[in-house]
Amino acid sequence: MDTTALPRIPPDQVKVSRSPGYWATVGRRILADRVTLVCLVLLATIALAAVFADVLAPLDPLKTSMAKRLRPIGTPGFPLGTDELGRDILSRLLYGGRMSLLMGSWPVANALVIGGTLGIVAGFFGGRLNMVIMRTVDVFYAFPSVLLAVAISGALGSGMKNAIVALTIVFVPPLVRIAETVTTQVRNLDFVEAARASGAGSPTIIRVHLLPNVMGAIVVYASGLFSVSIILASGLSFLGLGVEPPQAEWGLMLNTLRQAIYVQPWVAILPGMMIFVTSICCNLASDGLRAAMEIKQ
Amino acid sequence: MLSYIVRRVLYAVPIAVGVTLLVFALLHMAPGDPVNAVAGPDAPADVVEALRRAYGFDKPLPYQYLLYLGRVVGGDLGVSVATGRAVAGELAQAFANTLVLALGAAVVGFVAGIALGGVAGWHKGTVVDHLATVVSLIGVSVPHYWLGMVMVILMAVELNWLPAMGMASGDAPLFGLEQVRHMLLPVLTMAVIPTGIVARSVRAAVGETLEREFVQALKAKGMRRGAVMRHVVRNVSPTIIAVLGLQFGYLLGGSILIETVFSWPGTGFLLNEAIFKRDLPVLQGIILMLALFFVLLNLVVDVAQAALDPRMRRT
Repeated sequence: MDTTALPRIPPDQVKVSRSPGYWATVGRRILADRVTLVCLVLLATIALAAVFADVLAPLDPLKTSMAKRLRPIGTPGFPLGTDELGRDILSRLLYGGRMSLLMGSWPVANALVIGGTLGIVAGFFGGRLNMVIMRTVDVFYAFPSVLLAVAISGALGSGMKNAIVALTIVFVPPLVRIAETVTTQVRNLDFVEAARASGAGSPTIIRVHLLPNVMGAIVVYASGLFSVSIILASGLSFLGLGVEPPQAEWGLMLNTLRQAIYVQPWVAILPGMMIFVTSICCNLASDGLRAAMEIKQ
Repeated sequence: MLSYIVRRVLYAVPIAVGVTLLVFALLHMAPGDPVNAVAGPDAPADVVEALRRAYGFDKPLPYQYLLYLGRVVGGDLGVSVATGRAVAGELAQAFANTLVLALGAAVVGFVAGIALGGVAGWHKGTVVDHLATVVSLIGVSVPHYWLGMVMVILMAVELNWLPAMGMASGDAPLFGLEQVRHMLLPVLTMAVIPTGIVARSVRAAVGETLEREFVQALKAKGMRRGAVMRHVVRNVSPTIIAVLGLQFGYLLGGSILIETVFSWPGTGFLLNEAIFKRDLPVLQGIILMLALFFVLLNLVVDVAQAALDPRMRRT
């Protein structure tokens, strides 16, 4: 067949309809998902309010005033009332957000690095190494998470650092398991075999072929742990094991305001409301992210 | 089946040993000389020395661990630093109280969760389905110690219907009206989490099973709804049993926050006290007992699952 007769299109006029990239698709799906979007905006607002607490807070969160104890919501000068020591609730909620969000996210980030690494190593190398890591993880699964967190921070003693250590230990095992599972799946795919056959060493295979394919699932799973982490972290402070007084933290505020439920019940529940809203938003946002990334559990 | 049970028990043994190892490690995680944690702050020097020898604190760690393991196997969980009584004795009553609470919450949560999730899975897209989604979201998101406070404010402070805390006084019968009134708030609060999680699992399991081909075949051959439902129930029950077992364990282990809110004299309350008095033997005893119970529970659940679903026995 004679092809010379076909009209030639100069290269700069060739129109290639490129399919949008993976992340562009994910972004578009999230923008179309109203619930996820609202939750992300709310979370961003809470986080920004916590970060800029020193600008936004009307009063000093630590300044006590015996004359102005337990004022109701709507008191002039104290829009959300005062606590049992006369401190401004609004300012304490803003500053408390810093501690609560920090204590909620830090352990998950720690566990993501530690658990993710251990799980990928266990899944990739398999064999005896896999057995040692996974059987150790099984032991931690013998403890309900709340109990494990309380046990470790109880033994270490109260304090924010110890609480973060305890929560990190709680979240490492589930991340090891998920990372091990997805790594094992990807490791047995043909392209990994092909890479090995063409002479790639383990570090290269992990970096180039494995990580991009497993990180999505691991990170999405970790994002689902944020809400648990915030509830547990505030729970530890609620028990007196986390952040120490007079610092503001939502769980600790809830604990000290507990004695005030007969005087100012609606002021007393505000810190818990913040924990609840943050936790719901984290859960919904994580679900939305999982759906947008098309990751099956 | 028998070989499965044997294998499963053998698998549980190293885990139980691991649990004792971790609980043993708690004592050494604590800041300071472990002998002081066991002897208490103002024990005389000769008592401290005697304890140091008895616990083998002057010997290497593996030896100390074996000593500890030996004592635990013999049922000796040590002596409370705060009260001077045997930990095992103090634990027994507290564990019974926690069990009562956890059982109550399990009954409420499991019945509500299965009913809600079952209807939602069977009738996808209906009002009940949406309700189930909302309830499960609340179940996994709510800080239950806060929910407990809200319940107290509503039912005890504002309406004055139910007592805010504690158990009924000692001579009240265990399941008398007064005791039930005291249990109601903590039980309902605790039940929220399992209700949500069970509803979500049941909904997903029922929905998936209904889409399987054998259900289509049963419907196509004209089987009545009730009979189809029986097939579905048989197919989802192993999954659901696993969820229920896990949730019951979490109720027992996670009751510390609820017991603190309601001053319920169970293991969680005792644990809280032990933490503040730095009473490490009691802390260790409670953790060990709850964790071993959890291991046992998982074992029972796995065996029950295998009994219901022969495919499980092969793994």
